[in-house]
Amino acid sequence: MGFDQYHEPADELPPETRTFARMCASLTEEAEAIGWYEQRLAVEPDAQARAIMRDAQGEEFKHFAMDLEYLLRRTPRWREIAQGVLFQPGDVVEHGEEAEAESGDEEAAAGDAPRSGGGPGGSFGGAAAADGSLGIGSLKGATL
Amino acid sequence: MSHLLREHAPITAAGWKEVDEEARERLTPALAARKLVDFAGPLGWEHSATALGRVAALADEPVRGVAALQRRVLPLVELRAPFTVAREELRAIDRGAVDADLDALDAAAQRIAVAENLAVFHGLASAGIEGIAQVSSHPPVPLGEDACDRYPTHVARAVEMLLSAGIEGPYGLALSPEAYTGVVETTERGGYPLLDHLKKIVGGPLVWAPGVDGAVVVSLRGGDFLFESGQDLSVGYERHDEQAVHLYLEESFSFRVATPEAAVALPVNA
Repeated sequence: MGFDQYHEPADELPPETRTFARMCASLTEEAEAIGWYEQRLAVEPDAQARAIMRDAQGEEFKHFAMDLEYLLRRTPRWREIAQGVLFQPGDVVEHGEEAEAESGDEEAAAGDAPRSGGGPGGSFGGAAAADGSLGIGSLKGATL
Repeated sequence: MSHLLREHAPITAAGWKEVDEEARERLTPALAARKLVDFAGPLGWEHSATALGRVAALADEPVRGVAALQRRVLPLVELRAPFTVAREELRAIDRGAVDADLDALDAAAQRIAVAENLAVFHGLASAGIEGIAQVSSHPPVPLGEDACDRYPTHVARAVEMLLSAGIEGPYGLALSPEAYTGVVETTERGGYPLLDHLKKIVGGPLVWAPGVDGAVVVSLRGGDFLFESGQDLSVGYERHDEQAVHLYLEESFSFRVATPEAAVALPVNA
């Protein structure tokens, strides 16, 4: 098995970034499997075989959703943009542009990288931080 | 799923956003300790104790000729302040209401902020936490009941104590709500605001600190007062019924004073 999910030398990457990369690779594989089953289903004439493949594809849907949720919980800005796009009625591209623009101001404060604690948490759709907390953290330097 | 069980609450994303923002807005002004001490973490709900780097010798030898030592740790304390939100108010938020009644949340936020401030400044003996004012190695400087215009003299004396002990500034001043109000309302001879005068003396912020007795001057140089957060302040879900959703504010933390010389207490009375 290769280690090509790492774009940078693995021994230079912190553990949480390696986990993040593994989960991104897993997400990609689940999406590929969903596409492969879709193609097989389109050409398979046997009903029993199609039923089995449809059941297997359902497993991949679940795996993809779990991988995605894991990644979104650890990446506040990604989560915020996704919340503006996913399950929203209307124009997808429009929602995407709006969600990206609205998340921009908080990028510096929240950070793009997955975090595993340390310092104030990022935003979670303007609500909870990635760890479920309010993300208050240190207030040293604040007055009143 | 986190132990907060937020996913189980009958609250929409819009409802959670409103609850979290309200909690954050109410907590931030009252969390005085975090404005003056070092904050480490959050290290997670699973984080249970702060390593103190010290050991205690056990009285008995497990085997003759073998000494046994036990590591000393400071267990984290969990604070929890329950509150309820009426489901009718949550439905109103979903319709776009901007005046939802979240008074119970506001009161809970105030309670848990005061509890955190009390632990940091005056200690929480049952949890093994010693407060800044308790362990200060300097004699306390009483503020007195009604001598707001004498605060500059008292605070300058406290700063002089810190300087004499080799504790560098800038310094911060935590003021009880009563003392803070008195400072803000007072103008010295010549019309100079007392607030600005005190800021010049300490060189750092004046902080509104509910839970503090009188005032406390602390060094802000860092490394003297250590707040270690496990789970940072969070809103969790307890249960719900037809009328209301029962939630709570929660955090876990420990606090240590590394340098008792780095603060001076100014209680109302000696």
